[in-house]
Amino acid sequence: MTLTAKAAPSTKQPPSLPAMHTVKLTVNGIETELQLAPWTSLLDALREYMHLTGTKKGCDHGQCGACTVLVNGKRINACLTLAIMQEGNEITTIEGLARKDADGKDGLHPIQQAFMDHDAFQCGYCTPGQICSAVGMMNEGHARTADDIRELMSGNICRCGAYTNIVDAIQSVMNPQPDAA
Amino acid sequence: MTQQTYIGKPINRLDGLDKVTGKAKYAAEFDTPNLLHGYVVNSTIAKGKIKKINTQDALGLPGVIKVFTHENRPKLAWFDMSYKDQDAPPGSPFRPLRDAKIRYSAQPIALVIAETFELARYAASLVTVEYEEMAHQSDLEANRHRARKPASGMASLLKPPPPKPKGNFEAAFAAAPLQVTGEYVHAVEHHNPMEMFATTVVYEKGRNKSGGKYTVYDKTQGVTNSILYAAQVFDIPFKDIRVISPYVGGGFGSGLRPQYQLFMAMMAARELKRSVKVVLTRQQMFSFGHRPATIQTVALGASAEGDMTALYHSAVGETSQFEDYTEIVVNYGGMLYPPENVTLDHQIVSLDVNTPLDMRAPGGVTGISALECAVDELAFKAGIDPVEFRLKNYTDRDPLADLPYSSKELRECFRQGAERFGWLKRNPEPRSMRDGHNLIGWGMATGIWEASQAAARAEAVLLVNGKLRVSSATADIGTGTYTIMTQIAADTLGMPLEDVTFKLGDTDMPAAPIEGGSWTAATVGTAVKTVCEELAKKLFKLARKMPDSPFASVSFNEVVFVNKMIQLKKDSLMAVALQSVVDSNGGAAVRQISTGLPNMLKQRKYTRSAHSAVFAEVTVDEDLGTVRVTRIVSAVAAGRILNPKTARSQILGGMVWGIGKALEEESVIDHQFGRFMNHSLAEYHVAVNADVHDLDVIFVDEHDDIVNPLGVKGLGEIGLVGVPAAIANAVFHATGKRIRQLPITLDKLL
Ligand code: FES
Ligand code: FES
Repeated sequence: MTLTAKAAPSTKQPPSLPAMHTVKLTVNGIETELQLAPWTSLLDALREYMHLTGTKKGCDHGQCGACTVLVNGKRINACLTLAIMQEGNEITTIEGLARKDADGKDGLHPIQQAFMDHDAFQCGYCTPGQICSAVGMMNEGHARTADDIRELMSGNICRCGAYTNIVDAIQSVMNPQPDAA
Repeated sequence: MTQQTYIGKPINRLDGLDKVTGKAKYAAEFDTPNLLHGYVVNSTIAKGKIKKINTQDALGLPGVIKVFTHENRPKLAWFDMSYKDQDAPPGSPFRPLRDAKIRYSAQPIALVIAETFELARYAASLVTVEYEEMAHQSDLEANRHRARKPASGMASLLKPPPPKPKGNFEAAFAAAPLQVTGEYVHAVEHHNPMEMFATTVVYEKGRNKSGGKYTVYDKTQGVTNSILYAAQVFDIPFKDIRVISPYVGGGFGSGLRPQYQLFMAMMAARELKRSVKVVLTRQQMFSFGHRPATIQTVALGASAEGDMTALYHSAVGETSQFEDYTEIVVNYGGMLYPPENVTLDHQIVSLDVNTPLDMRAPGGVTGISALECAVDELAFKAGIDPVEFRLKNYTDRDPLADLPYSSKELRECFRQGAERFGWLKRNPEPRSMRDGHNLIGWGMATGIWEASQAAARAEAVLLVNGKLRVSSATADIGTGTYTIMTQIAADTLGMPLEDVTFKLGDTDMPAAPIEGGSWTAATVGTAVKTVCEELAKKLFKLARKMPDSPFASVSFNEVVFVNKMIQLKKDSLMAVALQSVVDSNGGAAVRQISTGLPNMLKQRKYTRSAHSAVFAEVTVDEDLGTVRVTRIVSAVAAGRILNPKTARSQILGGMVWGIGKALEEESVIDHQFGRFMNHSLAEYHVAVNADVHDLDVIFVDEHDDIVNPLGVKGLGEIGLVGVPAAIANAVFHATGKRIRQLPITLDKLL
């Protein structure tokens, strides 16, 4: 990290670069072959090499949740895993969420629609991560109450402070109330 | 003329679909062929000189293009003036890579440019630096004896220094039967929007003087500010540069000044004649502006009956060695309360830190947090309920400026907020309410924030397909600008929302000021309303000239714009469709550019402010000292609410910030190194979902014809201002402990 760089003496041997690898990633049902260095994170592979910029970088250190994607249905921080480790897995990003879950129909995942109806975002930067995280949390099946949701969604920071509406949006999908607005 | 079809309705955010599908693009997300990546290296010392900077190892890597340092940077603008942005305080702005001098810790000192991001990052880690270190000062407390008056400059227009003393504070305070005095210390905070600062410069070859054309995608709260800076510093004519920023992943003030990644990306693109992207890391998000550390003293005196007679409020804030950052911290007591004897003072201390930068409710939340705790303390001494005490000391005029308020429904905020919260059931005795080992406390506070307006320009075009396109180079940092401007335009021209688009964040559009200080709804809203009204006049003129026009002998005042038609008010059958007006214009769109200006003559006879009453409930674990905010009710009087849905979100966001400021946020500086130690989101704590419980927002009806033609006061800051004090007062009610240092962490309660 740059901020902690120390004034170390020059290394004797000139630094060298790791070899590139062919990495096959299955993202949103499509397999793509990329030439990547082994140190490329899944997050950078998505954003910089596949131009799927819906997945956001908010810290690159597993501390904010903006990069949350689904790998085989489980939510993970894409900045904390290397692309090369994800070969053979089903990766779903915000761009592929609707296609996955809308019963073959085009359109939005119910969580996406609920986020719009409940104004569960402001700047929108944490939003793809919040949405993928919410879907992952619902897959896990541990959340029952609003307090559970608050706890289990706390890995996703929203600096705009949309938490109240995020919880409402998720609850509206988890326990649909036919006559609620 | 304006209909009320959309204004005031809870319309879903119009940019919502882009945001929930990942299509909304932020500054680092614009791709272009052969894009180079930049990674910044920052200083590890706080003060001194770079003796030597070794870049050979980095340059030896295949794919590393260049390492820019102060030694090899291109020639740049010479005068300070060229580096002054629209939010620059008086002084000499920081210039990246200017020379070998280190002015603050984590100062950017080199830029590594490489073919990939990973390579640039790795190469940056190979850059080594030898420093000549000098003793630095970063501790406000240890340097407060050096406090001085800030220099005045352009910034003083928006942030006037406190007025001269009124009456005789000392005598009145000495004579007051009830007195409170306290010192309030606030930590440094960092804005930390979720999106890290980024600039992508797309370069196109050209034979012009500046070597080509530059399309700059920048994270900013004002594209106009960015273009002025880039054009002046790099001597590029405006026609060769364009700044675009359709989406901003949060600002909170951090984007009010061009940040150093803009400088770095522009410099590299210009020198290398390539497209360049520079993204800062989360750690580097702690290397530019911050909310300054402050030390405040508040002293209040009152009669035995609880009538306030004396008010003293002083603040000392930090600034850098090169600019005099100021904010309005101490004026609010004089505006909210009636004592005749008032002394206010604001000073700064230069330290070896970067210049502070306006952060959500700058000054206001700082000053109010101290003032409203002191008022709570005084009410307690007087044995009067805090709400009643404030009503007793209520003022309908602004005593400081000796002007009436243009509108002030604060009384109603107290009433509605207290009712919703159930305040009447409160036992005034501290430590009187508990639930097991949790002490429960109820506290409240007042909030106030200026309702200001600046000039802005906007364009409105009735397109050949009969749809309306309105634009202004303003920003939407999550505030809802896209949505409310569309609502205003649709209502002004009587069009359905789906036929109206509002565009922003592009210097090809008419200019608007930086988005901050809660003035965008008023400023750009007025411009949008004005341009639509003027376009309406133009369209009416065209309609009159149409063959067999029903309006041949009718004046503009006799028609309305409704349902995509111009209609005679008295006879709705006499109408012309807007589509046929454009058709009759020889197949050309009808366009209008106008300026929305504040009505200074009218406005300056009044003080214009939004107000709030905030009620908070906390629980404090008696054994562990952990504080939890279980409930907040905020009743807000902020003029007309254009969109209750997005408006509520803005206030909710402010309340979440209030929780953060009261209990969590603190950039901890290690004074041995003059460096922020917790520069990550794991260690700089912001409120997360589990910290936020019941939040309730009330908008109190408030009619105001004076603030601006829309009657809006802005909501970006008022949601935050009173919250930390309400929480601190609730902590006092729970524990009997008056904590005057923010954040209130558990160690302070044990
Ligand atoms: S970017 Fe991955 S958790 Fe923050
Ligand atoms: S919407 Fe801005 S960070 Fe969540």
